[in-house]
Order: sequence, then structure tokens, then C-alpha cells
Amino acid sequence: MTAEVALEEVTVRFGQFTAVDNVSLRVAPGEFFSFLGPSGCGKTTLLRTISGFIDPSAGRLTIGGRDMRGIGPNRRPTALIFQSLALFPLMTVAENIAYGLRVRGCPKAERLRRAEELLQVVALADQGGKRIDQLSGGQKQRVAIARALAVEPEVLLLDEPLSALDLKLRQHMRNELRAIQRRVGITFIYITHDQGEALTMSDRIGVMRNGRLEQVGTGRELYDTPETAFVASFVGEVNMLTGIVQDAADGMARIETPRGIMLARNPKDLRAGASATLFVRPEALLPRSDHDDPAINRIAVHVIDLAYEGNQTHVMCATACGNRLLSLLGPRDPAAPIPGSAAWLDFAPQDAIVLPSAAA
Amino acid sequence: MISVAWGHRLLLLLPFLLTAVLWGWTALDNRAAGVSRPPGFFARNGWPVGIYLLLAAGVWLVVLVALPQLSMIDMSFRHKLPINQIGGPRDTYTLENYRYFLFGSTTSTSSWNVVHLRAFAMTIISSLLITALNFIICYPIAYYLARIARGAQLRLLLVLLIAPFWVNDILRAFAFRIVFSEKGLINTALLGVGWIAQPIDFIGFNIALFAGLIYAYTLMMVFPLYNALDSVEAAQIEAARDLGAPWWHIHLFIVMPAAKAGIASGCTLVFMLATGALAAPLVLGGPSTLWFTPIVYDRFYQVFNWPQGAAYAFVLLAGCIALVITALRLLRLSLADIAR
Amino acid sequence: MKPAFIRVACAAYVLIFLVYLFLPLAVMTVSAFNTPAYPRALPFERFTLEWFMRLAQDDAMLYGFRNSLWIGMLVVLVAVPIGLAGAVVMQQVHPRLRSLYYVLTVAPILVPGVIIGISTVIFWREISIWAGTRNFYNGVLLTVLGQSSFISAYCMLLFTARLQRFDRALEDAAYDLGATHTQVFLQILLPYLRPAILSAAVLAFLSSFENYNTTTFAILSDQTLTTVLAGQVRQGTTPAVSALAVVIIAVTLLAMLSAELLRHRGLVWSMVRSRIGAVRSAARPAAGTIVGMQQANAVGLYGPRED
Repeated sequence: MTAEVALEEVTVRFGQFTAVDNVSLRVAPGEFFSFLGPSGCGKTTLLRTISGFIDPSAGRLTIGGRDMRGIGPNRRPTALIFQSLALFPLMTVAENIAYGLRVRGCPKAERLRRAEELLQVVALADQGGKRIDQLSGGQKQRVAIARALAVEPEVLLLDEPLSALDLKLRQHMRNELRAIQRRVGITFIYITHDQGEALTMSDRIGVMRNGRLEQVGTGRELYDTPETAFVASFVGEVNMLTGIVQDAADGMARIETPRGIMLARNPKDLRAGASATLFVRPEALLPRSDHDDPAINRIAVHVIDLAYEGNQTHVMCATACGNRLLSLLGPRDPAAPIPGSAAWLDFAPQDAIVLPSAAA
Repeated sequence: MISVAWGHRLLLLLPFLLTAVLWGWTALDNRAAGVSRPPGFFARNGWPVGIYLLLAAGVWLVVLVALPQLSMIDMSFRHKLPINQIGGPRDTYTLENYRYFLFGSTTSTSSWNVVHLRAFAMTIISSLLITALNFIICYPIAYYLARIARGAQLRLLLVLLIAPFWVNDILRAFAFRIVFSEKGLINTALLGVGWIAQPIDFIGFNIALFAGLIYAYTLMMVFPLYNALDSVEAAQIEAARDLGAPWWHIHLFIVMPAAKAGIASGCTLVFMLATGALAAPLVLGGPSTLWFTPIVYDRFYQVFNWPQGAAYAFVLLAGCIALVITALRLLRLSLADIAR
Repeated sequence: MKPAFIRVACAAYVLIFLVYLFLPLAVMTVSAFNTPAYPRALPFERFTLEWFMRLAQDDAMLYGFRNSLWIGMLVVLVAVPIGLAGAVVMQQVHPRLRSLYYVLTVAPILVPGVIIGISTVIFWREISIWAGTRNFYNGVLLTVLGQSSFISAYCMLLFTARLQRFDRALEDAAYDLGATHTQVFLQILLPYLRPAILSAAVLAFLSSFENYNTTTFAILSDQTLTTVLAGQVRQGTTPAVSALAVVIIAVTLLAMLSAELLRHRGLVWSMVRSRIGAVRSAARPAAGTIVGMQQANAVGLYGPRED
């Protein structure tokens, strides 16, 4: 059984400091939702608020339609997976998993049987008798998940569980977690600062900054149509040029930058005179040394270095005034220019957007 | 003058009042509007555990520690009365016990109570001396443990150092008596070698007592010192040596200031223990030895004047505390530093 | 590297110091087996076990010994739970009050034992008078109460040291999984503290057993082993007292040895750690290879309250 999680204008204040600022959101039942943001953006606080360890200073939180005010973590239909995992060191794997059942008065034989079932679900069959310190990092993760699933929560909350793992394991676990979630079918709320993780695993992502929810959407939406400068720069790599809007019409805007006048999409309908930033993704900013279609934007640069990565090549460039620009060439794109040479980087107006400059 | 009955009521209420005030203050501190508060005490512990914690810690601090102390201080200001007159009209507050301590009589202030005052002063001074000697003796040991000994040797040394203190302190004092007695080891050895013609009365001259007290508190001094010296950065010492400082200079001006808190900790402990020593003076003291603590004992169980005994005990306590606090102020340390 | 002469001088000093430490005990041990009625080591006349037999027949000592055992056990039952509660409260107390709380709880250790004994007796005498009953006026009860005031502090320090390394997230996790507060306390916290509870119990018992200063006031007309001993020693005595010392040394050596052999080093050293009470707690991180250092954040296993 799973449930929807609804946050209505939830605010959490500690003294003068506002950790979570007026967040409203609805997570659908069975959805894999991630909160993405840099350290200190309030995502951990938000997670702890949902799980019941912190009371919101304002706003309402409901799970499955039931208001959670006054209900402690031990009575909420949520289970939290801690960043440090918090596995009980004095108990075996099976005892850890069975703990939630033990405190509910489930008889011993029954709960150990259930623990064994869950070990199968997380692909750790027959490891029940081991002690926690005998497990590897990935195995501990899975025990933590099994332990949480044992209490049959309606919502599973995960606090950056993969941050302590090395790269290969992390990538493997991303897939595992996604698979487990699909198998079990309950709502997962996941927090991370790693946008790659969020993009691969989630149905939808909420980008947070300074306690506020900047944008909520699928990975594609965030990547292609960011709504703020922060989201544009945080999700995926992006090139930025600041300037002033000259004029705007038909959803496009002309922006004057130190590198010339560029044309780009104007989703936020900025007016002339507005201070704005132009964003273009590296894969849309490509080196071409010929043609002069006036509709195409181009920037004169100096190629600094190349980073060959097998299936793609990063081309690092700099403009005359020192802006760093990044271009990404796929295997089918023409060969990269030589480091040290001058080049033109082109991008189509459709591939770039202008957004209000990020507040300081 | 408040009657004793009221004094007692106040006494009993005081700890509870204080606790209530402090609790209220912390609760208020957490209560700002529109702000997420940390969970309260019972929210955090649940009722069963919360009650246990409160009761246990409360009974301890109030009934076992605070109230007895307050009660002792209270008694020191009262008359000595037979039981049936307590609570009656003659039971009022008075300074007569302290007058007795200072002047030897409860009424006149003409002459000083030389015997007791001297005992008090001698006890304090002797304790200071013992503390100082103890420190000097133990410092090289602690230094050796902290900076020179390593690994298995260190562990062995620690066990060896701790070993003698497994034995009860009365027995150890007794052992010293055996060694220092007229027919004891030291006298026999000295006579045998011919350095003296007659056995020395170590006990009468209080040498046995001093040696015994220094011995008794070795452990209490070595370990805080050891801790403190252990945490002094080797780099500082190396740097000083590089710059050509002689070893005594390094110790006096670099190591000791850095280990200030540990030194103060050890010395405070030894000092308090020495002034409050009871067993050693009883066992190792000669006929003319006047250590203050046995005098306090006598007020209770020889003279049966409890209020007087309470006054003397309070004088002892106050004296120790005053000295310790002064010393801490001089060294610019706080109580929390040394008690850590 | 330190100049060689310093190292040698220090080592020599340590050696002499160790001799000074052990000499009185050696003398006393020898005198326990020596025939003269007044204890002496030299000259050694004849080997005898007479004093040990006298010891076994000494009724007063046996009675005192039984009392000491009984009081010791009671003190364990009182001081360990109190110490535990004290430590848990310490973790939860408002930060600004923490120093005050710490001073209050550690004070009983610094206050001279005689004062604790005196104040305990006075207080309960007052209560007896006020309540009109003599029930409180019991030597064993008062001794237990008096000793518990500072032995609880020892226990508290021991528990605090262990608690500082406790991962709070474990409590949160248990709570999140549905446990009540009581369950968290009993099922998560107490099992973690079990080694400390054992250490504290041993510590409490040993501290109580060999305490003199507080006991001698609080025991009223009754006796414990230490007060019997003190009485005998004052009155002039036979080497039966030395024999007792030998027995104690033998027993504690055995206990230490078996603790080491059973690899309960943690038990031994954590007892050792808080023995002095006011010494640096285990907040100090264990320095890598020098494990002995952490263990040696300590004072004697049996380091008695020296008064």
C-alpha cells in the first residue's frame, strides 16, 4: 500500500534561520521523487520533517490524505533510510531487518521468516546470520532498505544513501534502487546533491535552493526548460553569458552580451532593459569555422584544451574577455579543433534561453 | 532572626525551587513563536524513561548531595541540644560554634583557639607542601610515561604503577608504619650500616605521615599529569630544543604551561584529598600530630557536639574550596577545565 | 631525539620510584609470614602461617567483611542506575546549564569523604527527628547513601564516556521503525551500554568496599571491614593485618590476571578510565598505534578514593 505525500506551504524555522521556506508539493503514490540541491539547501530538513523528527513551523503535511501534525516518527507510515544507514551494530542482519516487526510484537519465528523474504527482495539471501561489520558498503545499503521495507511503509524516505559509496558501486546501486522501487511499488522520496543520480533514478525532481523549491519537473523538463538561472546551472553542465535584454518578441529575445548580440528563447518573457543571463548547453555549442547564417549565434573563442572521453570530447575554450565556455562533441560531430587555435562556436537560437540573472 | 523551623523549610524547598526555576528557564528559552522547537524532555524520552531519569538524577543531586550539605551547614549554626529540645524555643541560629573554633569559647573573644587554629593552618600548609612534593616527585614519572616509554613497556609500567593501589589505603598506611617504626626496616638498616646510633622517631617527627601521604596520592597526581603531558605537541618541544634551550628551561616554560590544566587538576585533587585525610593521620600520626580531620572526627564521636563538628567540617570545606578557587583564578583556569 | 642522559636519568628515576612504591608492600607481605608479634620484615625469624590462621578466626573482621560485602552490593544497586540516569541527563541538559550540571555531579568526588559522611549522618538524623522515627538511623543504610553520592558520580563519568561515542542515529532509526521511547531505551541504548554497566558495577563495588573516610562517619555503631581494620591498626596490632593485605593483593592480582586473560581489556581499562573521576574523560580520541594511551587515560583499576 502506498500513499501520496502532500506539502502545503510548509515552512521550517530555527530561530532566525529559515531552513525550509514555503514549500508546496504533491508527490503521487508510487512515484520516485527526488529533492536535488546543494548542501544547506534544506532538503535534509525537509526529509526529516516529512518523517516526523521535526515539526513544521507553518504549513500542513499530509500523507495519504491524513494530516501528520502531532504524529511522531514512530507512528507515521514512513520509513527513513539515514545517510549513515544507522544499522544496529549489536544485532545480526536478520535481527536488524526484523527490528521493526519486533517492536510491533511480531513473534520471533514469524519475523525472522519475513526478514528472510526481504533479504531475497534485496538480493542478499542467506546473509541473515552475518554481523553488520562483516558487510560491504553495498550490502549494508541493501540491509538498510530491507529493514525499512519490513515495516511496510507507505512512503520510503532516503537521505543521500549513496554518497559514501565509490563511483562504480554508486552507479550499480542507482539501478538497484530503481528496480526495487518498481518491484515494491511504494512512493520513494530521495534527496541528493548529485544531479546525475537524480536524473537517472527519478520520475520527477524538485530542485531546492536556500529552502525554496525552485522548480519541479521531470528530468527532461528541468534540463530543457529550466525556469531559473539556478536550475539551469545546477542541472547538467551549461554555458552562461550575462547581458541586458535589447528587445523581445514572439517568445524570443535579443540580448546584448560582451561577446555580441545573441538571439535566444525567452520563456520568462523578459522585457527590454532587463538584466539577464543566456544559457546554452555544451552539446548545442559547436565549433564551426565556416558559413555566416545571420540567424545562428556565434562566439569567437580561443581553444584551450580538449578532454577526450571515448564517446564524447569536451572542448574547453575561452573568450577574449576570459569567459570559459565548454563545448561537447559527440562521436558523430566533426573533429575537434586543435588546442591553441582560434575558432568560432555556434549555437542556434532555439537551443538557448535567457533567464533573469540569478539573485546573489 | 529566622527561627530554625523556617530555616528548615527553606532548606528543603531550595533545591526544588532551583530546579523548577532552571527547568522553566530552559523551557522558555525553547519557546519562540512560529519556530520549530526541539522536543521537550518527556517528548524525547517518553514518560516511563523520563520519570526514571528525573527521579534518579533528582534523588541523587537533591537528596544525596545537596540537602545533606545544606543540612550540615544549617546545623553548624545551631546550638547543641538534647533531642527533646530540638524544635523548641532554645533552638535558634547562632554563631557560637564558629566562635568556638576561633576563640576557644562560645562566648568570649578574648583569646584565640590556638590549638585548633594551628591544626587547621598546619593541615592546610602541610597539604600544600605535600601537594608540591608530590608534584615534583611525580612529574618525571608522568613525563617518562607520556613521552619516553612506548608500547609494551608503557603498558607494563602502567600496571606496575597501579598495582600498589589495589591495597586498601589503611593497609598501605600500616605498611608505612612497619617500615618507619622504631624496629622497622629503615631504622634497622640505618643502625646496621652505622649511620645513626639510635633509632629515629620518624613517626613522632611526622616524617612517616608525610611520606605516607605523598605515597598515597601518587596515582592521583601521575595520571592527570600523564594525560596533560601526553597532549603537549612534540613539535613545540623539538622547536625549543632546536633553538638551544636547556632541558630545565623547556620544562619550566614550555611543557608546564601547556599542561597547566592537567597539573592544576592533579594538584587540586591531591590537595583536597590530603586535607581531608583521615586514615593516614590516625595510623601514622604521632602523639603530637594534629591533623585537622581527626579533630573534626572527635567533635562528633568523642565530644558528641554535633553542631560544633558540623561547623568544623564546614570550615574545612570552605577553606579547601577557597584555596582551590584562588589557585584556579591565579592560573586563569575555570573549574570545568580541570574537572574535565 | 632526546639527549641520552635524560632518558637514562628518567629511566633510573622511574626504577627507584617503583622500588619506593613496592617496598612498603613487600615489607608488609614479608611480615605476614614472619613470626614476631610486632610486624617486621627484618630480621626474618621463622616462616609461619600463624597470622593467616588468626585472621580466619578473627570474628570482628569476618563480621566487618560481611557488612562490607552487603553494603557493596547495595551501593551497586543504587549507584549504577543513578549514574546511568545522570549520564543520560547530561547529554540532554540545556547547553547553557551543562557546566553547572557537570560541576554539581562531579562535586561529590572532590569534596572530602569525611564531609560527605558527616553531612549524610546529620541530614538523616534531622529527618529522623522530624519524622519521629529511628528507622533511618541505620549504619548500613546511611553508609550506602553516603557512598552512593560520589560513587554515582564515578559511574556517571564512566557512562558519559561510553555515551559520547554512541551514534544518536541508531535511536532515531529505531524510533522511525516504530519503537516507543521505552523500547528504544531498553533495546538499543542499554545493550550498547552493557559493557559500561558491568564496569560500573565492578567499580562501584570496589570503591564501596574499600572506602573508609565516609564510612567511618556513616556507619554509626556498626562496622565494616575498613573500620575494623582501622580500629585494629590504631590499637597496636599483630601481623594478622599484614596477612589480610597479602590476601587482598593475591585476590586482586588474580582478578586482574583473569580479566586480562579473558581479553576483557575493555572492561579493565574502562574501569580504570574513570577511576579518578575528575580526570580527562574518554573524549580524547584514541591515538592510532598507541592504543595503550587510550587505555591509560586512566588511574588504577582499584585506585581507591584515597581518603
